[in-house]
Amino acid sequence: MIDISALHKSFVSNAVLRGVDLTINSGTSTVIIGGSGTGKSVLLKCVLGLVKPDSGTITLDGEDVARAERDAFLAKFGMLFQGGALFDSMPVWQNVAFRLLRGSLKRPASEAKDIAIEKLRRVGLTPDVAEKFPAELSGGMQKRVGLARAIAAEPQVIFFDEPTTGLDPIMSGVINDLIREIVTEMGATTMTITHDMSSVRTIADRVAMLHAGKIRWEGPVSEMDSADDPYLRQFISGSAEGPIEAVR
Amino acid sequence: MILLAPIAALGRSTLALMASIGRVAIYCAHTLRHIFTPPWYPKEFLTQLLQIGWLSLPVVGLTALFTGGALALQIYAGGSRFSAEAVVPSIVAIGMARELGPVLGGLMVAGRVAAAIAAETGTMKVTEQIDALVTLSTHPMKYLTAPRVVAATLCLPVLVAVGDSIGIMGGYLVGTTRLGFNPSNYLHNTVDFLEFWDVASGLVKGAVFGFIVALMGCYHGMNSGRGAQGVGRATTNAVVSASILILAANYLLTELFFTA
Ligand SMILES: Nc1ncnc2c1ncn2[C@@H]1O[C@H](COP(=O)(O)OP(=O)(O)OP(=O)(O)O)[C@@H](O)[C@H]1O
Ligand SMILES: [Mg+2]
Repeated sequence: MIDISALHKSFVSNAVLRGVDLTINSGTSTVIIGGSGTGKSVLLKCVLGLVKPDSGTITLDGEDVARAERDAFLAKFGMLFQGGALFDSMPVWQNVAFRLLRGSLKRPASEAKDIAIEKLRRVGLTPDVAEKFPAELSGGMQKRVGLARAIAAEPQVIFFDEPTTGLDPIMSGVINDLIREIVTEMGATTMTITHDMSSVRTIADRVAMLHAGKIRWEGPVSEMDSADDPYLRQFISGSAEGPIEAVR
Repeated sequence: MILLAPIAALGRSTLALMASIGRVAIYCAHTLRHIFTPPWYPKEFLTQLLQIGWLSLPVVGLTALFTGGALALQIYAGGSRFSAEAVVPSIVAIGMARELGPVLGGLMVAGRVAAAIAAETGTMKVTEQIDALVTLSTHPMKYLTAPRVVAATLCLPVLVAVGDSIGIMGGYLVGTTRLGFNPSNYLHNTVDFLEFWDVASGLVKGAVFGFIVALMGCYHGMNSGRGAQGVGRATTNAVVSASILILAANYLLTELFFTA
């Protein structure tokens, strides 16, 4: 279980997170929605310790993240970055198998490569992609390689930052199903950021909406459509009219 | 108030300078700690040996060749004013080994390697690759900084040794073809007057300069600002600060080695 409470983070004068409270139960899929620039990516990075919060606490299974032993803590996590963040100095399969080639999970290169190719297949990429370099791939292909890398070592907790942006509708469907499978079959805990409402409906057990630095609405996906929060309703309907100012 | 403005500005920049010296010192201490504690990444280290050492050979070699040649011409011109042309071989050898080999080698490598390291790690920083390393349980200081710093520290003495030899050869070529020295006398003069410490001090300097080059490249790259502009600034700062630190360190080491 991940418990975030009273989390604050500002960049110079830009107060991004202003008291976020959120609880994520183990083995569930939570989707975070919210306007562009509201701090969704920053929230995930705070949990991973990549961004240091100004105040507030984050605990994983009751243990304070800031005080946890870093290596053991990070070994439980996988993360797909919004921009892919592939290592451009190494071929795709070494990116995917990065964790399996060094550290505590180290195994023979041939075995790691087989696992990498299998993970690539799951995100809809053919084995010939394995030998290419990230710069030779399209944006959507890079995104999927990043996804394969995030799930390669089968971590307990996986964060997906916009897994389906830049993908065609069919491939988006494949990725949505994959994320759903990871939760139901592998029992992983996931947090997914997405702007795509059809992804929300496929992936989510629970939905949290971030607005103005706080969690504006949080609840099971089944209650999302009947919720009467005007901010959430406007976000779901994608209307320019409502409490969220469209022109800033 | 207006009168105080320049003093305030001076104070501000002094404080900023002190702060960055402090940050570099802390970064340096962390680097040393990560060099001496596992895990180590031998494959990264070997790649860097190739990148920093082997691929710098042409640059360092050409620099030394032309410098040695020019040095021979200058010392001949200077020496002829008091009929001391005969000192050309020994002064070329001592000048190359003690000063020009390490300093010019270090500066050329600063231009090539510090820039490359800063651009690479800076790009990794702005494209979140360094964050990705962390989430994959790999410490960026161990994976990026340590192999580069160790490789540069070990490579530079070798590059300096090669540079010294090529520089002395440059002097020899100019001395024998242009200045009319007898080839075997030239070599005898070079070998007889060159002492062990002349060469060794230059190699020690090389190691220090190598450390500085890689440290500055990594430091500026990993602290790069956002976007292409941030990486560009990081690259410039890496080369400038590495060059200045090399020249300052060279003076201090020369004081340490050759006075008192
Ligand atoms: N390293 C940083 N330095 C300064 N400001 C930052 C940094 N990272 C994020 N921000 C700011 O924090 C705010 C939130 O950024 P974040 O990337 O979390 O948005 P987001 O909700 O993920 O948006 P999107 O949906 O467009 O990805 C933005 O205003 C951004 O400018
Ligand atoms: Mg984002």
